[in-house]
Amino acid sequence: MLTASWLLALQMTVAVEPTARPAVTAQEVARGKTLFEAQCAYCHGADGDGGRGANLARAALRRAPTDEALFRVVNRGIPGTGMPGNAMSARETWQVVAFVRSLGRVKREPLRGDVARGAQVYEAGGCAACHTIRGRGGPTGPDLTDIGARSSPAYLRRAIVDPQADVPTGFKQIRAMTRDGRRLIGVRVNEDTFSIQFRDAGGTLHSFFKEELAELAADDGRTAMPSFRERLEPAALDDLVAYLISLEGTR
Amino acid sequence: MKAVLAILLALLFAAELSAQLTYDRLRQAGREPGSWLTYHGTYDAQRFSTLDEISRANVQQLRPVWIYQVQGRHHFESTPLVFDGVMYLTDPPSDVVALDIKTGRPVWAYRRTLPEDLRACCGDVNRGVAALGDQIFVATIDAHLVALDMRTGRVRWDIEVADYKTGHSLTAAPLAVKDKVIVGMAGAEYGVRGFLDAYDAATGKRAWRLWTVPGPGEPGHDTWSGDSWKRGGATTWVTGAFDPETNLTYWGTGNPGPDFIGDVREGDNLYSDSLIAVDVDTGALRWHFQFTPHDVNDIDATEIPILVDADFRGRPRKLLLFANRNGFFYIFDRVSGEYLHAKAFARQTWTKGLDAKGRPIPNPETVPSPKGALVYPDDDGITNWFSPSYSPQTKTFYQNVREKGGIYFRNEAVYQPGRMYLGASKRAVPDEEPWGALRAMDPLTGDVKWEFRVTTPPWCGLLSTAGGLVFSGTMEGMFFAVDAESGKPLWRFQTGGAIWSNPITYQAGGHQYLAIAAGNALLVFGLPAS
Repeated sequence: MLTASWLLALQMTVAVEPTARPAVTAQEVARGKTLFEAQCAYCHGADGDGGRGANLARAALRRAPTDEALFRVVNRGIPGTGMPGNAMSARETWQVVAFVRSLGRVKREPLRGDVARGAQVYEAGGCAACHTIRGRGGPTGPDLTDIGARSSPAYLRRAIVDPQADVPTGFKQIRAMTRDGRRLIGVRVNEDTFSIQFRDAGGTLHSFFKEELAELAADDGRTAMPSFRERLEPAALDDLVAYLISLEGTR
Repeated sequence: MKAVLAILLALLFAAELSAQLTYDRLRQAGREPGSWLTYHGTYDAQRFSTLDEISRANVQQLRPVWIYQVQGRHHFESTPLVFDGVMYLTDPPSDVVALDIKTGRPVWAYRRTLPEDLRACCGDVNRGVAALGDQIFVATIDAHLVALDMRTGRVRWDIEVADYKTGHSLTAAPLAVKDKVIVGMAGAEYGVRGFLDAYDAATGKRAWRLWTVPGPGEPGHDTWSGDSWKRGGATTWVTGAFDPETNLTYWGTGNPGPDFIGDVREGDNLYSDSLIAVDVDTGALRWHFQFTPHDVNDIDATEIPILVDADFRGRPRKLLLFANRNGFFYIFDRVSGEYLHAKAFARQTWTKGLDAKGRPIPNPETVPSPKGALVYPDDDGITNWFSPSYSPQTKTFYQNVREKGGIYFRNEAVYQPGRMYLGASKRAVPDEEPWGALRAMDPLTGDVKWEFRVTTPPWCGLLSTAGGLVFSGTMEGMFFAVDAESGKPLWRFQTGGAIWSNPITYQAGGHQYLAIAAGNALLVFGLPAS
């Protein structure tokens, strides 16, 4: 027993190199899930959507643009951050990599719509007044550059026809009245104990220390996004969803 | 010639004196409010300063004096020490810098080379140094204790406290008492067995070790099923308090291992989640109180015991006040260890309540399960390592609190050396917006007198001063002061980085200053005239 634990200890001290990657099979991903839950989910959450650690359920990871880079991050950690190295074998590390890459990936469903026509619907519908795609568009709504990689068609369809149903976090609508009686509505950019910044529909950024405001309220569950239920024909809605699903980011 | 020699000798003698931080000075730190001599300022851990130059009347004029940028990139949790014109702080994870307090310019720096294969849960952090004699002591992330020459930062001795490869790490500031350096350790997420150590300050030789998980034949060993005690956790990662009169040092201990699975370690799991009172000369455990027996929610009792002498129910007593991460404020007699009182001071669901002896009635609904169990607080706790403060002037206990829940999904915990040993993963509570507050409590009842709400659950400790002020900070980088009587905000400054540290105050050139670590900078504030 002594020898076995000594061997284990020895193995741990050696940084593992990302060589001999096993084929990504459902079994490897499942094993990666088990390892992830035991070793990673304490900080990154059971769904990898973050907490104490970073949100991993996204199309591109800033610290790990390639699978080899992700392997090194899992194995060695990121010095100077809360991310420690992990004492896993090369095979186990690859299993975790395979599982992490499966996170936030939405299962493809066959779509009825046409991507090119959907792009025209997006243009004609004025979506770009609030949303950005690859840096172009308005600042008040969520960026859509990689929306297809992180959302399902069903979610997008609902977000277009019934946007109040599920307002994305970080886009809280704010109502404020200044001490001299000026009323303002906007989307919250930032808020802390002492101050708030929000952007109005015209794109103007407003900033107040809270004592400068006579009233400040959050319109919970409300959004500046209008419903397109009456404005889009069913076919146009299909096209728009197909277009959005085609947006997979720049990775 | 003789006169010159006499002056030279006098100068040498003065230099020798100024490089001596005696135990007497540490013991009487309250009489030297211009210095900040230990992690908590004073052994009683009150984090109250009698300095009153900065007060309600002029705090609005407080402005930055100098800023020092550290090289470390992770949470900067260091509490600096200040005495004899020099500030000593840790640059995370394990470097030490000495700064000239007048200018903020470095006098020396100790830069430690760390092994590449470190595995330290929860961040490469360090909360500060201890000082004694002519030495500075730092406990390192790779589980060494290092003594440095106070004047140069050169290494006097460097000893291994534990093996970092099995997940042991040191993050707390050591506590220097008499001729010893007391060191707590971390690693309960890796299935380590906890202990508290003391080392001879002169040589680095270990004076005693108290295992916080009793071994075979020791009292309390039968509170662990099978051989679970070997991986029992109960680490000591937040610096304790000390009372020279009782000769006891008081420390809180951490969670049992694995954090979230109780059925592999049946029993109360002593001395996890406990308060321990330890003889500083021998390391003997004099008394203990377990706050959270058989914890399955990772609610370490690694908070700060504050020692206060007061009349309690008509009788003068030596009290110990403890605002626990589990949401209860406790009062003990620190001589006998007698439990006197407890009261909830924030939202918690892990227990259905405490019995007359302070023992909690478990709530089975909050035990992590495959389908998920919702519990308040989450494993970051109602409070955590950040310091509370007690003001003898307002007779108030101040505590930053975190109002946040979590959902815990049970999974398997398999012990392998150096690997996480937990047993659950966590999800945020859907649609919940966690928040926080600075709460002012009656120290003899735990009743909340007032609160100052903050947007995000804080990680900042508190300082109260005789100027009638309490200083705190936010995750959004605001360092601020409130009126110690009413909680009314009086001053604020945007530091530009999240605040994960404890403020301190001291004097330089006869004037009062404040210091706080924020983002990757140590900021010092003073009044315009100073």
